[in-house]
Amino acid sequence: MLFKRFLPLFIFAGIFVAFAVGLTLNPREIPSALINKAAPEFSLPSLEGDSIGLSSADLQDPDHIIVVNFFASWCGPCRIEHPALEALGQTDGVKLFGIAYKDRPAHSLSFLKSLGNPYAKIGTDLKGRNAIDWGVTGTPETFILKDGIIRYQHIGPIHAVQMDKIQTVIKELQQ
Amino acid sequence: MRFLLLPIIYLALSLNVAAIGVDKNRLSDPAQESRAQQIMKQLRCLVCQNQSIVESDAGLAVDLRAIVREQIKAGQTDKQIITFMTSRYGDWVLLKPPFKAATAILWLGPLFLLLIGGFFVFRYVRQKPSISTPEPLSPDEEKRLKHILRDSEK
Amino acid sequence: MIAELGHYMLVLALGLAILQAIFPMIGAYRQDGRMMMIGQPAAYGQFLFSLAAFAALTYSYIVSDFSVAVVARNSHSLKPMLYKISGVWGNHEGSLLFWVVFLALFGALVAYFGRGLPKSLRARVLSIQAMVGVGFYLFMLITSNPFERLPNVPFEGNGLNPLLQDPGLAFHPPFLYLGYVGLSVVFSFAIAALIEGKVDPAWARWVRPWTLLAWVFLTIGIVLGSWWAYYELGWGGWWGWDPVENASFMPWLVATALLHSAIVVEKRDTLKSWTILLAIIAFSFSLLGTFIVRSGIITSVHAFATDPERGMFILLFLALVIGGSFLLFALRADKLRAGGLFAPVSRESGLVINNLFLSVAAAVVLYGTLHPLLSDALFGVKSSVGAPFFNLVFGLLMIPLVLVMGLGVHLKWKRAPLKGLGRKLKAITALSLLAGLMTLYVTYGGEIMPVVWMGVGVWLLLSMFQELGSRIKLFQVPFKNSMSRLMRQPRSSWGMSLGHLGFAVGLIGIVATSSWNLEQQKVMNIGESMTIGDYQLTLDDVVAVAGPNYSAVRGIVSVTSTDGNSFIARPESRTYISSPMTTTEGAVETTMSGDLFIVVGDTQTSGRWAMRVYYKPMQVWLWIGSTIMVLGGIFSLSDRRYRIGSPQGKKKTRSVAHAV
Repeated sequence: MLFKRFLPLFIFAGIFVAFAVGLTLNPREIPSALINKAAPEFSLPSLEGDSIGLSSADLQDPDHIIVVNFFASWCGPCRIEHPALEALGQTDGVKLFGIAYKDRPAHSLSFLKSLGNPYAKIGTDLKGRNAIDWGVTGTPETFILKDGIIRYQHIGPIHAVQMDKIQTVIKELQQ
Repeated sequence: MRFLLLPIIYLALSLNVAAIGVDKNRLSDPAQESRAQQIMKQLRCLVCQNQSIVESDAGLAVDLRAIVREQIKAGQTDKQIITFMTSRYGDWVLLKPPFKAATAILWLGPLFLLLIGGFFVFRYVRQKPSISTPEPLSPDEEKRLKHILRDSEK
Repeated sequence: MIAELGHYMLVLALGLAILQAIFPMIGAYRQDGRMMMIGQPAAYGQFLFSLAAFAALTYSYIVSDFSVAVVARNSHSLKPMLYKISGVWGNHEGSLLFWVVFLALFGALVAYFGRGLPKSLRARVLSIQAMVGVGFYLFMLITSNPFERLPNVPFEGNGLNPLLQDPGLAFHPPFLYLGYVGLSVVFSFAIAALIEGKVDPAWARWVRPWTLLAWVFLTIGIVLGSWWAYYELGWGGWWGWDPVENASFMPWLVATALLHSAIVVEKRDTLKSWTILLAIIAFSFSLLGTFIVRSGIITSVHAFATDPERGMFILLFLALVIGGSFLLFALRADKLRAGGLFAPVSRESGLVINNLFLSVAAAVVLYGTLHPLLSDALFGVKSSVGAPFFNLVFGLLMIPLVLVMGLGVHLKWKRAPLKGLGRKLKAITALSLLAGLMTLYVTYGGEIMPVVWMGVGVWLLLSMFQELGSRIKLFQVPFKNSMSRLMRQPRSSWGMSLGHLGFAVGLIGIVATSSWNLEQQKVMNIGESMTIGDYQLTLDDVVAVAGPNYSAVRGIVSVTSTDGNSFIARPESRTYISSPMTTTEGAVETTMSGDLFIVVGDTQTSGRWAMRVYYKPMQVWLWIGSTIMVLGGIFSLSDRRYRIGSPQGKKKTRSVAHAV
């Protein structure tokens, strides 16, 4: 009898706690389903169109941490994160690869020409199907891999303040 | 945080872009197309607010619809197609939550609540009259009672 | 200057609210008449001042005073006047001001109509009403001040979202807020009753009209929103189980349960603690809705600008109000002693069962809405709950609910004989089965559940007619007599009949339009045709059109149906000046058997047009049914028996002789 009367209060208390925690969360952040899973098999043409630009074989590199970045020339935030990508590309023990998402190769090329090309290798995903295999929902998105296994996903542009976190993840993986 | 409003509105209105997408590659077999529609209704448009990929014109939704249709044509079962989506996007892509330990309350809850509620209702509706002695009246109330009885006798 | 005046009015209103919150409560405790009397003038004054503040804000919008921050953010000098005004409440700050004006309004109404109430009850009710108001005033003045000025005045405003420049949507928030805030009155009554330690039938007589009023407003608000979504959003969707939609639906479900529960309190002097709990929960859901929209905690199309700081404030406010109420309930509910009894088969038990299903439905919607958040916050797992879940579970719950509804109206008070019931309902049950079979035949190859729902909906419809028929002794006495009986029915029974009838009509419409709709898409050149169902559509032409603050592309579509009807449809795709967004104004042609919904737009390739057509069977039944429901509510409200007049406060002889 007593329990029944306090039940509404208890239920509300639970909801309140959930709300309080919820305020600290971002409902639009959806964690990747591919964490700790192997990257999908793929083979993408290069921007010039004459050869293979990037394939899953490139991700199997025991000596480096691989960073794969999905970008597009029509993507505004991609411009914002460009300096962060350059820094990543120049980090020791890191190889930065790019995948152009639903972008005309000519446009991607001029985009990289004007901003500078931070990528060691680039593949182009004209129809966006490859991106779907990675669970990508838009650009930019960045994945950090070790030994071909996806270990970390960053959705959205990498702001300067977020570089610390990325660098930490990379360092941990290097050990 | 207010700058978030504009992106949210843009996102919401991506439903209403003047360029209306038209599914050019609908399946010719109506049974297959209807199966496709059923599956698509269960898949969330990941760049929209609470819509399925059937209702949205967003690029990703169009791509995912094409994939569903291709896979049906290729002979995949409903389950295989759903698994294809969840292995890439996680359970979040499903608008109908799968039945798992985590969603047990969600699915079993209603039945549970009905049974418990029903039990209490049953008990309540069947209760025997309780013979309780009424509380004695206070002197004030005694006076009022006398007054009322006197009035009603008139 | 006006804005500063408005700001000042708001602060004054807060001051009065504080007075109204403190003194009447202390006065009721001490039985100090003078302190209790502070309630009324404070309530009237609070209303006047908050209304003045609202007027000041409205004025700023009307004259497009862009030095006021909210006006600059949300308005535009080229907007039509109606939308400049509706823009006042189309944003976070303005809608909060709306909330407090309505809170104060209802407080003033209770002060006025409650002159016959026992003094201490009225004092406590006004006090609690003011306490809620204080929370909102503080929230506004501290975090969301609508009268904030901009140091650099822009030349032009940012313009309102073009989606909101629409009559349906302009009126949707006011009605919704009237509903939400209307529930605050029953909430205050419930808390006052807990504090006083008693609930008697007089209290229930008070709760019913106020709940009914709030319920009517809430229904209108929800239906307006659905109707707007239907014709505005380009695919004829009218309900998406979006978290904010759910946030308006939950209080509606609970208010409906409360309405019925209060009847049992009034008739049998029992089910009291449950009714009080419902009253608290109903308003809690109103507050919850406020939280969800403004805190950024759940993604939704409806969300206002999100801000965790504001979210924190509202959350603490919720904890205080809701947590406090539930605590009070836990401590004081045992003071409410049960009264009369009723048989297991009776109208009362029917109402109790109705409450069971409505409450479970509300709980399901609540949990489904919160599950993603709970899953993320408590377990770190992102889970998604969408329309398929709600449609399935809610739809299943509706079946027993509707059956009990159709059965319950035939049950007598206190004790209802089962035998006569079976005989009464034989005919309509047979007819509904027939209707179900016909539906099955017409939709053969489709799903089975809609057929079941249709049968159930038709059964309810017939049951309501049957009930009315037996009440006026139709076919048992001369027709003229039946008609005069009909006219002499008390308004509240009209209300009951219309309310349930409207629900049945709406239900049938919902089943049809959700289950058997058609869709066709085609990329067309001018002159090409396409077919859908019994209709053939030809794109005759596409013209450019200019509106007051938009430019549009309009399709001229001639439509012919196989039964000879033909008409011209003119769907548009609009681009607004003040923002790069476009909206589709679908052309809707409505008939009783279904709506044809046509949308036209550009394709990527020039010269060709994309046309989408939807056929929605019996869509208009939903709108008609809801209107009938609302009419029923209004009829009941106008019944003198439930008038908010004095419940025989002075005639004590009456209450003693008041036989149950």
